[in-house]
Amino acid sequence: MELRPQVPTGPLETKWTRHRSEIRLVAPANKRKYHVIVVGSGLAGASAAASLADLGYNVSCFCFQDSPRRAHSIAAQGGINAAKNYQNDGDSVFRLFYDTVKGGDFRSREANVYRLAEISAGIIDQCVAQGVPFAREYGGLLANRSFGGVQVSRTFYARGQTGQQLLLGAYQALARQIGRGAVKMYARHEMLDLVVIEGRARGIIARDLVTGKINAHAADAVVLATGGYSNIYYLSTNAKGCNVTAIWRAHKRGAAFANPCFSQIHPTCIPPTGEHQSKLTLMSESLRNDGRIWVPSRPGDKRRPDEIPEAERDYYLERLYPSFGNLAPRDIASRRAKEVCDKGRGVGPGGNGVYLDFRDAIGRLGRHVVAERYGNLFEMYERITAENPYTVPMRIYPAPHYTMGGLWVDYNLMSTVAGLYVIGEANFSDHGANRLGASALMQGLADGYFIVPYTLGEHLALVKPGGADTSHAAFRQTEQDVTERIRKLLAVGGRRSVDTFHRELGRVMWDKCGMSRNAQGLREALERVRCLREEFWNDVYVGGGSEDLNQALERAGRVADFFEFAEEMCYDALQREESCGCHFREEYQTAEGEAKRDDDRFAHVAAWEFTGVGNTPVLHREPLAFEAVHPSVRSYR
Amino acid sequence: PPAAAGLFRSLIGKKLVMAVTGLILFLFVVGHMLGNLKVFQGPEHFNAYAEGLRAVGAPFFGRGQLLWGVRITLLVSVFAHIWAAIEVTRGSWRARPVGYRRLEPVETTYAARTMRWGGVIIFLYVIYHLLDLTFGRANPSFVPGDVYHNVIASFSRWPVSAIYIVAMVVVGLHIYHGLWSAFQTLGLNRPPTFRWRRGAAAAIAAVIAGGYISIPVAVLAGLIR
Amino acid sequence: MKVELHVWRQTGPAARGEFVRYDVADVSPDMSFLEVLDVLNEQLVARREEPIAFDHDCREGICGACGMVINGRPHGPERATTACQLHMRHFADGAAIWIEPWRARAFPVVKDLVVDRSAFDRIIQAGGFITARTGSAPEANSLLVPKRDADLAMDAAQCIGCGACVAACPNASAMLFVAAKVSHLGLLPQGQPERYSRVEGLVAQMDAEGFGACTNHGECMAACPKEISIDFIARLNRDYFTSTFRRQTSDLSGDGAEP
Ligand SMILES: Cc1cc2nc3c(=O)[nH]c(=O)nc-3n(C[C@H](O)[C@H](O)[C@H](O)COP(=O)(O)OP(=O)(O)OC[C@H]3O[C@@H](n4cnc5c(N)ncnc54)[C@H](O)[C@@H]3O)c2cc1C
Ligand code: HEM
Ligand code: HEM
Ligand code: SF4
Ligand code: F3S
Ligand code: FES
Repeated sequence: MELRPQVPTGPLETKWTRHRSEIRLVAPANKRKYHVIVVGSGLAGASAAASLADLGYNVSCFCFQDSPRRAHSIAAQGGINAAKNYQNDGDSVFRLFYDTVKGGDFRSREANVYRLAEISAGIIDQCVAQGVPFAREYGGLLANRSFGGVQVSRTFYARGQTGQQLLLGAYQALARQIGRGAVKMYARHEMLDLVVIEGRARGIIARDLVTGKINAHAADAVVLATGGYSNIYYLSTNAKGCNVTAIWRAHKRGAAFANPCFSQIHPTCIPPTGEHQSKLTLMSESLRNDGRIWVPSRPGDKRRPDEIPEAERDYYLERLYPSFGNLAPRDIASRRAKEVCDKGRGVGPGGNGVYLDFRDAIGRLGRHVVAERYGNLFEMYERITAENPYTVPMRIYPAPHYTMGGLWVDYNLMSTVAGLYVIGEANFSDHGANRLGASALMQGLADGYFIVPYTLGEHLALVKPGGADTSHAAFRQTEQDVTERIRKLLAVGGRRSVDTFHRELGRVMWDKCGMSRNAQGLREALERVRCLREEFWNDVYVGGGSEDLNQALERAGRVADFFEFAEEMCYDALQREESCGCHFREEYQTAEGEAKRDDDRFAHVAAWEFTGVGNTPVLHREPLAFEAVHPSVRSYR
Repeated sequence: PPAAAGLFRSLIGKKLVMAVTGLILFLFVVGHMLGNLKVFQGPEHFNAYAEGLRAVGAPFFGRGQLLWGVRITLLVSVFAHIWAAIEVTRGSWRARPVGYRRLEPVETTYAARTMRWGGVIIFLYVIYHLLDLTFGRANPSFVPGDVYHNVIASFSRWPVSAIYIVAMVVVGLHIYHGLWSAFQTLGLNRPPTFRWRRGAAAAIAAVIAGGYISIPVAVLAGLIR
Repeated sequence: MKVELHVWRQTGPAARGEFVRYDVADVSPDMSFLEVLDVLNEQLVARREEPIAFDHDCREGICGACGMVINGRPHGPERATTACQLHMRHFADGAAIWIEPWRARAFPVVKDLVVDRSAFDRIIQAGGFITARTGSAPEANSLLVPKRDADLAMDAAQCIGCGACVAACPNASAMLFVAAKVSHLGLLPQGQPERYSRVEGLVAQMDAEGFGACTNHGECMAACPKEISIDFIARLNRDYFTSTFRRQTSDLSGDGAEP
């Protein structure tokens, strides 16, 4: 396998414009003859499917939810970035580009990130035209907020429901195309494998989740927009259905997987309350603008927060990072929280939590101002915890939130399998080792609205339409593999439920391959995961049949893939002997316990090649060159 | 025209018919009540009023012509109203073939839930009422022309008064939900009206029911004889 | 605490369903309602019985996937709350809880508590959008939207498409859902060109899907997790009548009333 990034030559600023005007075009009359499969209806998938259909391609779109509108993108709260400089505070394409590269701790591809920043402004135009009700000022202009600790206000938002509104915009554009008959929508369908013929992606095998029917779908190109895999930790802020299945199966068919170990842990989530916990709820990061984070200085201090005098409170972020204080970046805030909890100073049930205290903010600003800023978040918190944040400090704890890793893609967003494009959170492209707040929505929509619709032509112009149909032997074979796997899952008939296995896997990954990692722990993890996978295939009980809606079976397939993927994640973390962004290797830290990056050895993308379940995957490196920005040490002290 | 046809095929269109005819019937009920309250002024006035109903419009219209005009409007309205009501009701029944074990009412009112039966009751009542006071079939001591006498005669028998009072309560309820519901249906309630429309509907309904009921009560109490 | 669940079990669309009683012990008040179903399903699996099928995804009250009628109330007893955000502390220890799927002809049961809500998608496909070809958008700040309008549009736009309004409506009417979409787009300047063709498309599809008529019970608003107001229903009616009227005269005033 060979990695060809296909980055256009020439100065950074003109790469995209030039490339766009040089991309091969498909004759308008021919577009209809090309069938494109888009898997996923989130921001990336829905925007891509709608835009491709608009161009005239014949599109099929798949999602496992009962409606494309329910894709996990719906849950995004905070907002979306764009270099509009509406606030006249000196924002620019270059600044957004720079912040993103730096935020990613210099582990992303400059050209891609610059293009993202370049496109960002157009995204806002597009969404407004669709009727996305962004927050406005009294004069009727669009409002902005500053987000994720950057110095400029470039974040656009719609109440606390930005992702929902952006997705509805894309969903409605998609609905229009479905209504026109330009897109065929397959809801409640799960992609279970990719069909590759002579090195080209030629279609997918999908299961109709209602009838259980396994169907082959042929196409001239396949676009994966299947989101992130944070659910490998079982407990995460992701929707329950989020999974690695689509990209993992594509990986097994030859697509390289890049930086699998780069997963982001979000510092402000509501702590778990017990074993029954099924998912974790994110509290908007904006809370850190006014809340103060602290824990008792003395381990095992069981007093009520209001009984703990000022002197016995440790505002550890303010202590360690005087300049950024409570606004320290996500990875740092998360790691420090885990640290104090591991020292037995955590608060709340199981000691899994730190206080986010608004007492001083209320004292300083008055209750009404705090209510104005965070009222709805406080309500949400109270609904879940039955505690009133106005009087009792909130309890927060880090939770897996986003995965920067994903299938490796070139500048055109095509994977190492010809004709297989990967967009949105499912690819590795733009965020390096750590994603800045409000930039994932931006990336998903950039990929879907403004990149893949062009770059797909590059491939399609090379293949003749309708090149493969489902009668081809490869389709039969792949279909059989899928059917066989389902049969096996149902046949195990062991004693343990799918969820108990998923929980256990999650624990292992969280402890050994989560917020901070070390070589020994990772080796242990590899061991544990292998045993667990064995056990899973010998002792899982799925129940039900394969001919109708069987949610246990759906989960079983996904957990089985997580088991295989977990190993690769550990290998990647093990191989990367440095600390960068969200990847913190305890062996590689400064005296003050800060991440120690090693640009000489690791300024590269780690792209893995699959060599069979249980076998060590093969590592390929894409070196990262930095011309426009000079890698600096992130310091927030 | 196709657009209008589409309108009346749609359920919203049928609700429109119901609202408009409902309001026409409502106007009649109001006017009729005001007229009936004249019984308190004694036989002369009341009979004169009944007589007047027939005379209005002269000299342009012949005796009773205008009244017939009104009657036809009412008749058409009642049947259009009922037709729409039946269409809408059947639509709702079709929309939920399998019912719930239980569905807890939260926002809705007794009046809203009894609109359909209420309508039926009103319909039956009106038939009886016509036989009683217009044609006299259901009224043993019916004297054509002496409307005042007929009313007193009827209401002096308490079962008759009872029927009327019950009917008036039903009418009141029907108008209570009907009125504000019509607001919604006609799209008249812009946010400002949101605050007072329910109260207003309730007040109007109460006045109407009260006004009507005062008559049988007064007769039974011997205030008018 | 422990609870006595009576859950509607139905093996398929054609099958006859029935309530089945399950007792669940050691329920924590901090559990969400769906987590109790998780626990119950674990027990069913242990007993080699088929787990209860129910839709869910985000478990954050935003995706609109979850939804069941709990003791006669869609999404349960709490106002402005989805089933996934409902916590057990709102139930008494030992409480008997009856769980049913949404019931409407337009929402046929797929299995147990799972229903088919694709009717909502088809309604949106019938015009619930603003036509804005990718790439053809003008500069975002080139058109101003008064904050009041933007906020009101946002109130309507919050709809999560859960279907609780239909489930709660004595007439199984989808008016609140349709009104929310028509108002969201109709309140914004971008939505004006297609305002009237949109409302006609949505209303026609709504009827075609077999939803009932709105007789203004207001139950939908009470059940709506986003507390969307029935004021929007009045607005929908208003737009619908206007569209009919405009259509009559649209040949004179080309105002986009024609689809
Ligand atoms: C709680 C939360 C808050 C967030 N807030 C923000 C924020 O404020 N700003 C920001 O920029 N980012 C935010 N993010 C991140 C952002 O929401 C996501 O990264 C982004 O929405 C991913 O979009 P996507 O289109 O790539 O994938 P998704 O939206 O996850 O969509 C995945 C799609 O793929 C489909 N799919 C998956 N697997 C299969 C399969 N095997 N077969 C068929 N279909 C499949 C699914 O049905 C779904 O339609 C947040 C994330 C979370 C969890
Ligand atoms: C005194 C005569 C009547 C008056 C003043 C009256 C008035 C009204 C009004 C104003 C409405 C509201 C329409 C809307 O919701 O927009 C209404 C609704 C209705 N009426 Fe009548 N009506 C009368 C008689 C009847 C009769 C005779 C029937 C049928 C047998 C009837 C059955 C209904 C029904 C079923 C509704 C629908 C209520 C709803 O919206 O759920 N009504 N009426
Ligand atoms: C106390 C209550 C009422 C009294 C005393 C009363 C009295 C009368 C009288 C005396 C007449 C005959 C008028 C005439 O022939 O000149 C009449 C007619 C009529 N009443 Fe009433 N009425 C009452 C309530 C109602 C109500 C509530 C309704 C409707 C819901 C109603 C509907 C009618 C109708 C439709 C007629 C026929 C009018 C016509 O001749 O065209 N009445 N009423
Ligand atoms: S209107 Fe409310 S209840 Fe109806 S679908 Fe939308 S969110 Fe759900
Ligand atoms: S409950 Fe039903 S009747 Fe109308 S107001 Fe809501 S749709
Ligand atoms: S699961 Fe998403 S709203 Fe309940």
